[in-house]
Amino acid sequence: MFVILAVILVGASLMVVAQRNPVYSALFLILAFLGLAGQFVLLQAQIIAVLQVLVYAGAIMVLFLFVVMLLNVRDRQAPEAKLRWQKLFGLILTIILFGLVAVTVAGEVRLGPQGEFTPQRLAELGNAQVFGKLLFTDFLFLFEATSVLLLVAMIGAMVLARRRPLGASSPPPAASSRAD
Amino acid sequence: MMTDLLITIVKILVVFGVYLTMVAYLSLVERRVSAFIQDRRGPNRVGPFGLLQPLADGLKFMFKEDLIPHYVNRPVYLLAPLVALVPAFITMAVIPFGNTLPLFGRDIPLVIANVNIGFLYIFALTSMGVYGVVLAGWSSNSKYSLIGGLRASAQMISYELSLGLAAVGVLIVAGSLRLPDIVAAQSGLRWNFWMQPLGFIIFLIAVFAETNRLPFDLPEAEPELVGGYHTEYSSMKFAMFFMAEYANMLTASAVVVSLYLGGWQVPYLEQAGLPPLLLSLAQVLAFVLKVGVMLFFFVWVRWTLPRFRYDQLMRLGWKITLPLAILNIFYSGYLVVAKWV
Repeated sequence: MFVILAVILVGASLMVVAQRNPVYSALFLILAFLGLAGQFVLLQAQIIAVLQVLVYAGAIMVLFLFVVMLLNVRDRQAPEAKLRWQKLFGLILTIILFGLVAVTVAGEVRLGPQGEFTPQRLAELGNAQVFGKLLFTDFLFLFEATSVLLLVAMIGAMVLARRRPLGASSPPPAASSRAD
Repeated sequence: MMTDLLITIVKILVVFGVYLTMVAYLSLVERRVSAFIQDRRGPNRVGPFGLLQPLADGLKFMFKEDLIPHYVNRPVYLLAPLVALVPAFITMAVIPFGNTLPLFGRDIPLVIANVNIGFLYIFALTSMGVYGVVLAGWSSNSKYSLIGGLRASAQMISYELSLGLAAVGVLIVAGSLRLPDIVAAQSGLRWNFWMQPLGFIIFLIAVFAETNRLPFDLPEAEPELVGGYHTEYSSMKFAMFFMAEYANMLTASAVVVSLYLGGWQVPYLEQAGLPPLLLSLAQVLAFVLKVGVMLFFFVWVRWTLPRFRYDQLMRLGWKITLPLAILNIFYSGYLVVAKWV
């Protein structure tokens, strides 16, 4: 099962970069997310799997697809000559990156179940319950920091999406809200 | 182990069979009820009361010419109907349609998969359902389809938020993500329908938007978009979108019944002293009846209300139902703190 999912995952990820049509790339990215969710299920992390599908495959990718479709980029021919050096550099950097990852992982890897949450304990306590408890105790600071970060991003998006700059708010707000 | 597997397979087959039959007959129900509402007769020629009409419709769809326009994006065009149909089907796996069925000396739980995160599973699949519509719209390479698909994605994303947030109230009261637990928490007269009327109404509105039913059927609004996202589809592929709509309706009704209308619970039936087998069957019957009422409501609303305009739909979603859903979360928290539940 792991092998099947891994093949789907790696294959789909490769297709994301290999496809010329951005819509296909987005679709393969969704497939990759689903494969990843499958791996999480195999690791008894059902809640992570579902959140993966819900947030990434379900919400974020819909928006991606939405934008890609609206722009409707035709698969245009990339200027080959300009890209030659970049390709070479890309290859070298990729080899370095994967080498570093391999070295790091090889030093750290431990096979078999780790940590205090064995599958039996998880089933006893409930997957979601364990996740929630950890999130609001051990990882509280990170959780809050992430939410502040998201809030900042949200406010930033609103400011950027405003038609007129913040200072010049002369017309009554009712008129501008009817325009959208 | 073998018996458990066998029981699960039987459950899947039975649920799937009943489900598909209901989806097929829902099209007949819709036409008959619409005829009733509009003071017409409706299809009543094929079989008694038109009962064989779905069969005739199915045959007709199969024998229609399967036309694939040359300008479509073929792989995605072929994929889209499947993507639309499958999520609605597999959502049924976590819906409890009864308590336990005592049969051959063992208690069979009447739910296919009692997973810890059942509730989130439903929402994950609902969020996948939008792809069928979006992909159909894009791959058809036609203006009407594309606009239908884009509308669908905007609409479904907007209302998914209200849907989820309204249901958080139910979760707070039940204290579990398991659907059987949520149903069990609504014993007696404590259906969430009474306990959280605001949440129920918001959830209902969001469900109508998610299933693309009138008054929110903008992705396929006939007067402006021909057929919307499925304009370019014909034969069985069109039928699959058609089935997907009814399958979504059925699944949505089952979810509403489980979350708000007490699922398979009949108030105080446990105290009536029925034999266990009879009690269990009565509860399954109650569940089916409740789903039937919900489905009738769906059809009723469709033939009663006119369609929203697109900006009205968006304003309703973001400026009215979303804040109210958040308000409902506070209200649910108050219910728990004040020990009313």
